[in-house]
Amino acid sequence: MANQFGRRRFILLGGAGLAGTVILNACTKPGSSPTKTPTTAPATSASPSDAPVAANGNTVKVGILHSLSGTMAISEKSVVDAEQLAISEINAKGGVLGKQIEAIVEDGASDWDKFAEKAKKLIDQDKVATVFGCWTSASRKAVLPVFEGKKHMLWYPVQYEGQECSQNVFYTGAAPNQQIEPAVDWLLKNKGKEFFLVGSDYVFPRTANTIIKAQLKAKGGKAVGEDYLPLGNNEVTPIIAKIKKALPNGGVIFNTLNGDSNVAFFKQMQSAGLKADKYPVMSVSVAEEEVKAIGVEYLKGHYASWNYFQTVNTPANKTFVDSFKKKYGAERVVNDPMEAAYIMVYMWKMAVEKAKTFELEAVRKAANGLTFDAPEGKVTMENNHHLSKFVRIGEIGADGMFKIVSESKEAIKPIPWNQYVTETKGFACDWSDPAKGGKYKAKA
Amino acid sequence: MLSGLLESIFNGVSIGSVLLISALGLAIVFGLMGVINLAHGELMMLGAYTTFVVQNIFKTLPAPLFEFYIFFALIAAFIVAAAVGLVLERGVIRFLYGRPLETLLATWGVSLILQQLVRSISLGLSIAIATFSLLFFGGMWLIKRRPDFDRIRNGTIAIILPLSIAISAAVSIFLAQTYGLTITKPWFGAQNVDVTAPEWLRGGFPIGDFQLPYSRLFIMAITVICLVGIYLFLQQTNWGLRIRAVTQNRQMSACLGIPTAQVDAFTFALGSGLAGVAGCAISLLGSVGPNTGQNYVVDTFMVVVVGGVGKLAGTIIAALSIGTASYLIGSGNLATIFAPIQPVADFFTFFATTSMAKVMVFALIITFLQVRPGGIFPQKGRNVEL
Amino acid sequence: MITLVPKKKRDNRLLIEAGIVVTIALILILIIPWLLTDFRLSLLGRFLALSIAALGIDLIWGYTGLLSMGHGVFFALGGYLLAMYLKLQIPKDAANQLPEFMNLYGVTELPSFWQPFHDFNFTLLAILLIPTIIGGLLGYLVFRNRIRGVYFSILTQAATVVFFNFFNGQQKLFNGTNGLTDFKTILGADISTYQFTFYILTIIALMFAYALCRWLTSGRFGNLLVAIRDDENRLRFSGYNPTGFKVVVFAVSAALAAIGGAFYTIQTGRVSPQLMDIGFSIEMVIWVAAGGRGTLVGAILGTLLVNFAKSLLSEQFPEVWLFFQGALFLIVVTVLPDGVVGLRKLFYRRQQPISTYPNIDLDPEVQSEREHPSN
Repeated sequence: MANQFGRRRFILLGGAGLAGTVILNACTKPGSSPTKTPTTAPATSASPSDAPVAANGNTVKVGILHSLSGTMAISEKSVVDAEQLAISEINAKGGVLGKQIEAIVEDGASDWDKFAEKAKKLIDQDKVATVFGCWTSASRKAVLPVFEGKKHMLWYPVQYEGQECSQNVFYTGAAPNQQIEPAVDWLLKNKGKEFFLVGSDYVFPRTANTIIKAQLKAKGGKAVGEDYLPLGNNEVTPIIAKIKKALPNGGVIFNTLNGDSNVAFFKQMQSAGLKADKYPVMSVSVAEEEVKAIGVEYLKGHYASWNYFQTVNTPANKTFVDSFKKKYGAERVVNDPMEAAYIMVYMWKMAVEKAKTFELEAVRKAANGLTFDAPEGKVTMENNHHLSKFVRIGEIGADGMFKIVSESKEAIKPIPWNQYVTETKGFACDWSDPAKGGKYKAKA
Repeated sequence: MLSGLLESIFNGVSIGSVLLISALGLAIVFGLMGVINLAHGELMMLGAYTTFVVQNIFKTLPAPLFEFYIFFALIAAFIVAAAVGLVLERGVIRFLYGRPLETLLATWGVSLILQQLVRSISLGLSIAIATFSLLFFGGMWLIKRRPDFDRIRNGTIAIILPLSIAISAAVSIFLAQTYGLTITKPWFGAQNVDVTAPEWLRGGFPIGDFQLPYSRLFIMAITVICLVGIYLFLQQTNWGLRIRAVTQNRQMSACLGIPTAQVDAFTFALGSGLAGVAGCAISLLGSVGPNTGQNYVVDTFMVVVVGGVGKLAGTIIAALSIGTASYLIGSGNLATIFAPIQPVADFFTFFATTSMAKVMVFALIITFLQVRPGGIFPQKGRNVEL
Repeated sequence: MITLVPKKKRDNRLLIEAGIVVTIALILILIIPWLLTDFRLSLLGRFLALSIAALGIDLIWGYTGLLSMGHGVFFALGGYLLAMYLKLQIPKDAANQLPEFMNLYGVTELPSFWQPFHDFNFTLLAILLIPTIIGGLLGYLVFRNRIRGVYFSILTQAATVVFFNFFNGQQKLFNGTNGLTDFKTILGADISTYQFTFYILTIIALMFAYALCRWLTSGRFGNLLVAIRDDENRLRFSGYNPTGFKVVVFAVSAALAAIGGAFYTIQTGRVSPQLMDIGFSIEMVIWVAAGGRGTLVGAILGTLLVNFAKSLLSEQFPEVWLFFQGALFLIVVTVLPDGVVGLRKLFYRRQQPISTYPNIDLDPEVQSEREHPSN
């Protein structure tokens, strides 16, 4: 959080005296801060030079910050694999600016405090050139003050709820308008007007459902009910009863469950007789890896919305899938966040090469507008630090792969501040123009 | 209305039966030894993983056989979990009798180790563990035969332990570097694994517009079979008699020549085996992954606390009532029932999500314990501890 | 602990001890910052905050024998209470006077229970009092019915689940899973520039907490706590009602946990329901156990050792940390019941092992009562 709070100078100048005041103050009310002596505040400023990048010698260090243990390890481990794949590919082709990339992998342990702690360590101690990492919104929110305080750079590979636009983060996963909103549109057109919303009890599902409800209201659909499961909960009987009550004749279920609960949800849906023909489920957190873990028998005929599926038919995707399987084993699958993670390593490399330096400010500027021939198609880093992406809707087939039933013609531009939610309606984000910044009123 | 009532009862009972089968082993162990096994959830997880392995073996067999893998899986899960439980009891818990709080901490440690074990177990790791056991326990066995064993015991451990750790680590690192991925690739990994129920367990039995899921019926059947089996075992067999005797009065039983240490080990293994069966059962409903056990364990404890340790019937009643209560609150049925009385309905609507229902159920349990601190059936006796 | 030392000698010892504590605090404030990197120093500050909570755990577990597996709740409560104040430090020129997450979730008016947290003094009072009251109330409900042992532990564990679900689910009130983050100013001053001040304050708070625990555990009250741990029934038969003592000590430890939580929160810059995770609460117990239960120094030492070990080990071998942690639980319980502090016994056996029932004629209090029969 604090960068170099000038401790040594601080002690030399006012240390003993301050300690005295502090003790006096604390005696009367412990926990107070001696702000009555603001003159001793050290003159520090968060200039970029505070976090010099160690790019000496023949290597440049980058940080990888994901959960390798704990609940989130399930998802994040394979993202690390994809990042390592991109790094080893880049290194094999001569590295970045002639330097080999050295990845420093840190374990966030599914613990948000730990994420912030490790982010600080990567920046202060390892002096990395950039950090690739995080999965959950909570972990991203936890490291955000670190990256903003130190004016450093984070690349974030997962689809998320939007409502954020930091100068110090590049978001290569989907914003809601690149995943959730098109999925709702498609469902309204093809599957029905009545929606039941099921989600895990944390921020992404709750925000996503707020957006969906607003969108349904605007487009003539209806949310007939919603429910949230605690993370890791396996008992979905009450929810199924609610669904049957709210949608006796079938309807659409929009599923933002995460992790373990998905398994329970689909298994118990099937045995309760809610089949894909009458109750199609649209998931936004079920990708190839999850299909494997849930069991394809339970998922056949349901839908998922992503930017990328392993079955996408592009030459870049073929190379990506082949080299991944070659490195990690033929039975492994790739999914959307992994592809986004793969993209962001290359995006960073391209930005560095364009800037011709590892210096953060220059790289950040250079990244805007870069185009990369990604496995999902040609994607561009927009000025709001989000990626323009293709939107696809896939139906789960018997082989555990997705049959793409709908695909956007071109990459959709990202909208981080949601236009369906009243509080953020009309706001936008543009980091190429210093006058605009992270949240400005786009038009009246 | 009638089918709605039926549905409510069925759903409540089906949640309750999952709780019951998970809590059964725990209740028996707690009743006998006063030990709460925080690794109980992880034993369930091992049962679920065993199911996964058995399922994969049966996938290679001709098709009709696959439909019956679940029965073999139940047995295998029982055996695996019971074996691990036995090792746990002999290796750790028996040193901690009479110190229940320490047992709590030790079993929590075991649960952490088991969780990480299924994540990272690979050929290399299992070779390392095997080498270590061979060296360490083999060495101890050899030295135990020396007459002056007691004198040199601590010294030998100090030498043998690091030595065998070093050798086994060296062996596994060497193997990993020579053979690479074949040795180091984890068997299960951190990801969840898929357990697919056989075809005949995936549907449901329709009654009107309601469908009784076969998997739930199957779990209820297993629960009933386990209950009856345990009841008969405790009432009709010699070992059952011994277990009951030790449960009631340990010192007196020991005086009468009952081998209490063996009874403890046996009961613990039995309780763990039941956890394995429960693990197999829940794999039909939910996910199978390293965290599976964690998801059930707190609910299971609440069942034991509410039920009391005096009788198995307490556990049954507690499980079914907690199950029904959380269904009624979580599904919003209570809110509907009380719809005419607005404030009450509002109150229940606030709690009518799955996560808030948990809050409510816990509050009810605390209230209940104000009335009956020892649970529904507290242990009776002339013990000052009560 | 029951010390069998004459009064005069005890006074001297107390002085020496106070001297040692102040010296260590001065070393921590004046010398350690020169030796550690910024990153490690900020970790040390947090771990010191954690050890305030660990003192609380030691008080109820090490001395009184009540194993709470739910102190994370109080720890997090302390953090939340402070964070609510910090989130209300909104610049005057902002569009509206609401924390930014409320704007996102469509809250238009500050919930009423947030209102008093505009006031710093109220916040300090709340951090001290609210967890104490909640702890006391929960303790009363539980201890009144003589629920103890593993029953008590399980109930506290269930309480963590409940509080977790509550804070996690109330997105509009507490920002749900993400928790409260991104604090800017405290009393008008920029938080990030004052981190070293918070470090010093943490040390001072720790000193106070230590003194409080030292005071509580010595003398008659402390003896009663140990008596509850060693044989509650005997205590009951001798005419004491242990319920009151247990409630008090539980409330005090809840307050200590909350203070620790507040200091932890201001140093990490965030508080989230994750602090109410079951694992975290049990971890707290293992810090105390590893250091040496029933000794205050052990609680602090254990917290620092285990957490630095965790930090270092999980940097080096991220995947095996759980193995180490599990093994730590096992080793501490089976081989090292007295923790690190107990290790010194290996080196010298001068001290008599503490017996549960000391000779009554040697008890200084009994002696002093004999000398002054009027008491």
